[in-house]
Amino acid sequence: MAYKRKLTWSDVTPKADWLNRRQIMAGASGLGLGAIAGPIAAAVPIERDQTAYEDITSYNNFYEFGTGKEDPARYSGAMTTDPWSVQIDGLVERPGNYDLADVLKGMDIEERIYRFRCVEAWSMVIPWNGFELRALLEKVGVQPSAKYVGFETLYRPEEMRGTRSPVLDWPYVEGLRLDEAMHPLTMIATGIYGESLLNQNGAPLRLVVPWKYGFKSIKSIVRITLTDSEPPTSWNKANAREYGFYSNVNPEVDHPRWSQATERVIGGGFFAPRIDTLMFNGYAEEVADLYAGMDLTRFF
Amino acid sequence: MPVIEAVNAGLRRVPTWPVYVVGALPPVWYFYLGLTGGLGAEPISEMEHRLGLLGLQFLLLGLAITPLRRFAGINLIRFRRAIGLLAFYYISTHLLTWLLLDIRDPARIWADIVKRPYITIGMAGFLLLVPLAATSSNAAVRRLGKRWRQLHWLVYPAVLLGAVHFVMLRKGWQIEPLVYLAIAVILLALRLRIRWVTAVMRPDSGR
Repeated sequence: MAYKRKLTWSDVTPKADWLNRRQIMAGASGLGLGAIAGPIAAAVPIERDQTAYEDITSYNNFYEFGTGKEDPARYSGAMTTDPWSVQIDGLVERPGNYDLADVLKGMDIEERIYRFRCVEAWSMVIPWNGFELRALLEKVGVQPSAKYVGFETLYRPEEMRGTRSPVLDWPYVEGLRLDEAMHPLTMIATGIYGESLLNQNGAPLRLVVPWKYGFKSIKSIVRITLTDSEPPTSWNKANAREYGFYSNVNPEVDHPRWSQATERVIGGGFFAPRIDTLMFNGYAEEVADLYAGMDLTRFF
Repeated sequence: MPVIEAVNAGLRRVPTWPVYVVGALPPVWYFYLGLTGGLGAEPISEMEHRLGLLGLQFLLLGLAITPLRRFAGINLIRFRRAIGLLAFYYISTHLLTWLLLDIRDPARIWADIVKRPYITIGMAGFLLLVPLAATSSNAAVRRLGKRWRQLHWLVYPAVLLGAVHFVMLRKGWQIEPLVYLAIAVILLALRLRIRWVTAVMRPDSGR
């Protein structure tokens, strides 16, 4: 498929020199990373360097642990991710409380290099490990009447100090239209750079939707619900004027308070200029037809 | 109170020039940190935010001087000019970071100032501070006489604009900027109270 050619692992390896891949394969079985089939890279060619692992794991928005960028790395260690289970319910054939191992069973863990664009106008390039959400949805069986998928993040105030203040209405929830969820670019990530996800990045399971602003890629998922109506989403509930349900990356539709035309690349340092933001974050060829005929200034 | 007397006596012996010298350092230090990786993954935003916050803190500190004297008896009035000028210096370097390191493109800068309310508000606050910094010398104080005081009332709207700018640029309702806004409002309210009390108490204020 078009989005799977061109980039290979050899493009990433220089940034990942510190990794010994064999050790990872041996040590990651707990998270199912042992199933890494081989060096499959993905995505539209990305002319930019992958963001350094240290930056990806130290500069995060995960408001459950505080609103500062360094808060998730500092405080998310308190979150228990083992045991972990995901409630899958709603319009599915086989609803249930799935243990993490059951979720991962039969999933092909691939490596995919995606652009990641935050609504705050900064960006990274991240080599994710994970599987297509589609595969999981097919495993549990989607009923024909389902049109949307809702997601929910863990809400455990004693381990998540940020949820003690009402910045958002906890738990964090997100949602996709079913066709967006079934799109082959949409994945559930379990790792970054071949390492199991760290808590600050949304361990043990998180969504990755590369053509949408980062907050759509909900972290530390405990519930997936198939519905026939549009599920509520946290930032939309907090401020519907600023954050729409779709939240597709779009340089032509500004955030009411700032421009989305450009972005700053994390890791560029002091003198790196901003770069232009691409329509659908560079994935227009793959996803634009999902929104054919829609007024993207209205459905932002 | 003897403690307050001692504090004031001590403060009178402190010259003001070290305040300028030490106060000049943070932007230089942040720039150095930014160059050497000490400001994290996003050094430009980090420097921008730190300088803006420092500017707001110094503006509030400047506003706290009169109530401190009035209600606690501590006299920091000698340092008020230095504090005000440092606030202006931090806010100027905050603005420069945004202009020269962050956005860089003049067309986009102008578009942001015009289109983004929080930037419009921040810019307005900065512009209100320019005449105050420009008239900070003893000569200007003498030349302007009574009007100097009136001109320097501009600091009140400037502080409010700065605090609102801070509240608006965060996602969601966050505690930290709201605390700053609350402090600004309290300091301004104390002002009004002081003025009202002085007006009522002064024998010649009756008509």
